[in-house]
Amino acid sequence: MNYDFDWSSIPGALPFLWDGMKISLEITVTAVIFGIVWGTLLAMLRLSPVKPLAWFAAGYVNLFRSIPLVMVLLWFFLIVPQLLRSFFNLDPNTDVRLTSAMIGFALFESAYYSEIIRAGIQSVPKGQVAAASALGMSYSQAMRLVVLPQAFRNMVPLLLTQAIVLFQDTSLVYMSALADFFGAAYKVGDRDGRLVELLLFAGAVYFVLCFTLSQVVRRLQKRMATV
Amino acid sequence: MITIDKVSKHYGSFQVLTDCSTKVAKGEVVVVCGPSGSGKSTLIKCVNGLEPFQAGAITVDGISVGDPKTNLSKLRSRVGMVFQHFELFPHMSITDNLSIAQEKVLGRSKDEARAKGLKLLERVGLKAHAEKFPGQLSGGQQQRVAIARALCMDPICMLFDEPTSALDPEMINEVLDVMVELAQEGMTMMCVTHEMGFARKVANRVIFMDKGLIVEDDSKDAFFGAPHSERARQFLAKILQH
Repeated sequence: MNYDFDWSSIPGALPFLWDGMKISLEITVTAVIFGIVWGTLLAMLRLSPVKPLAWFAAGYVNLFRSIPLVMVLLWFFLIVPQLLRSFFNLDPNTDVRLTSAMIGFALFESAYYSEIIRAGIQSVPKGQVAAASALGMSYSQAMRLVVLPQAFRNMVPLLLTQAIVLFQDTSLVYMSALADFFGAAYKVGDRDGRLVELLLFAGAVYFVLCFTLSQVVRRLQKRMATV
Repeated sequence: MITIDKVSKHYGSFQVLTDCSTKVAKGEVVVVCGPSGSGKSTLIKCVNGLEPFQAGAITVDGISVGDPKTNLSKLRSRVGMVFQHFELFPHMSITDNLSIAQEKVLGRSKDEARAKGLKLLERVGLKAHAEKFPGQLSGGQQQRVAIARALCMDPICMLFDEPTSALDPEMINEVLDVMVELAQEGMTMMCVTHEMGFARKVANRVIFMDKGLIVEDDSKDAFFGAPHSERARQFLAKILQH
């Protein structure tokens, strides 16, 4: 096999690729923040003694965990732009692809985050809630001041690992022609007829970033385990 | 102070408490003992509503615990409770453990709460450990902090749920000493414990439970002198053997 690698289109494309990386990071960060907040609420609903609330949360989590991410994203690309346009009276030409990607990821990831957080809440001994209640704290105070801080401490490595997976998954937005890092690499490769080089390069960047972060998480986990 | 009237509780078909009735007067120290599974811990947790019960009534300082209209959190803030496994908050320093409920529940200022916490920490002999975290203290020290934490709320009575049974033997006395001192100062106390030495020293009354029933409820001298029931006699013989 004689394939002549030609990496020359990469240096010139770096600014464009960096713009793509910024979009990938933007989606990741929004989805992580929203996912943790909404996921925490879902987890608390799911553990709540009020049955309908628990059912709603369980239904939500099971629904999103049972459909492929790519389908959720596709629905969001098809439906959310319409909704956003009609709700906010936007010009039909406004680009809402990034917003719908963020909403899609956030709603999807919150289902996964909620399961991590639920496990974290359940890892805190029941006696802690009893002690907080015995001191006169309300349920929400006991949660906020006593249970969640301990739960999050136990969960940090898992939450970060999920964020790394999420970062990789953002590459799926390329199918909406949104120029995230992967989409940008694909576009450049396509334009210059150097798809193989660009995809190898993109893969290497994903690997280096994610592997490094995983190592950081592992270190963190070890350090926290000794405290 | 505490009135327990015909309280019954069951988990499904399993009866945990059957028609339990007793009273604890102001300033009285009542020890609750009995074999494991007799329902004594459940009974004491019913007193501040940590465990719900299906029948009967409990009042603390005239306020009904089982009444859905009662503000349970408010009532609990006036009743101190000490747990078998201490249940200090591991992510907070000792100072914060002592002041958090004072600030968030009683609305005291940070300075006031800290000062009160330190005063009570000194009282249980642990002032030097104020800035440490619970994990850095021994079991006995943690339990003394837990007692101080409950006292910070200026409770009208104290509930102890097997406060020494998770401790190494050499740490039991430091905790009992604090409890004896409290009792001698006139604190109203209900203690689930197997420490018969403690019962002999400070209890006014001893309640003996078995299979969810209050089998004996008598003055300390009557209980240790001549228990009415065969079951209590056997129990005493076993635990006082050595």
